[in-house]
Amino acid sequence: MLEQFDKAFESRIRLHIMSVLVANESFDFSSLKDLLDVTDGNLASHLKALEKEEYISVSKSFVGRKPNTRYTATKRGREAFSNHLEALEKLIKQQK
Amino acid sequence: MQEKDVYAELTSIRNLMERSAKFISLHGLSGVLAGIYALAGAYIGYRIVYQAGTGMVYRDYYISDGGIILKLAMVALAVLMASIATGVLFSIRKARLNGQQIWNPASKGMLVHAGIPLVTGGLLILILLVRGHFGIIAPACLVFYGLALVSASYYTFQDVRRLGLCEIALGLGAALLPGYGLLFWAAGFGVLHILYGLIMYYKYDNRK
Repeated sequence: MLEQFDKAFESRIRLHIMSVLVANESFDFSSLKDLLDVTDGNLASHLKALEKEEYISVSKSFVGRKPNTRYTATKRGREAFSNHLEALEKLIKQQK
Repeated sequence: MQEKDVYAELTSIRNLMERSAKFISLHGLSGVLAGIYALAGAYIGYRIVYQAGTGMVYRDYYISDGGIILKLAMVALAVLMASIATGVLFSIRKARLNGQQIWNPASKGMLVHAGIPLVTGGLLILILLVRGHFGIIAPACLVFYGLALVSASYYTFQDVRRLGLCEIALGLGAALLPGYGLLFWAAGFGVLHILYGLIMYYKYDNRK
């Protein structure tokens, strides 16, 4: 049962990042930070991990002089997320 | 993992998805107040027209006097400003109470998508006003406001979509029955706002 759980989503923050990105076309770093209420460094390291799995893609641009980094869930990431949710639901059903 | 942990996790995921994609700090009471302002505005508007001696029954196309139009426009503008200010204040308070950000991607999306039909409609109405088509004002206000609500609803409560559809229907009705502009205007901006504000209030703000 447990092997169906995605290792990348073991961290709650990563799972939460993914749920935000799945529900939105894309999301920028600072809005994500405000929403999840985490520190810069913490968020950055989790984003990096998801990027490494190719669950999210990153696009960097500038708004005026400020760097603006946007994150988008990839197709692979969306599939992994929905598989993970299915596994959670199955777990609930089994325990009943 | 315990069952209740899984439930808590699924709930927090759903919560995050909704909070990130939707602007949920709209407060029902701001709708009710906007409706009251609009009804007051409609009453003042009626008085302005009545005092100008156009008779007991208001008829849109009777007004061609620039002074009256200007006064009516000022009343409408005051109603609009008061409604926006109330809406913003209530939203800030609600967001603060729920520990949420007021300025987030969802609220930006909502403003942009409501703004496009609103600005288009506003400019069109101004142009038609300058060209003397006074009869178009009430129906056009309602129709474009309805379109703005429908397009904003993708970023907030789905109920806003239904309110938008009602406004569009009223606007089209106003276009069919020229001369009852103020009546339709009061129904759309006054009565409907109060009704929907109350529904939203009891559905989202008053639940324990």
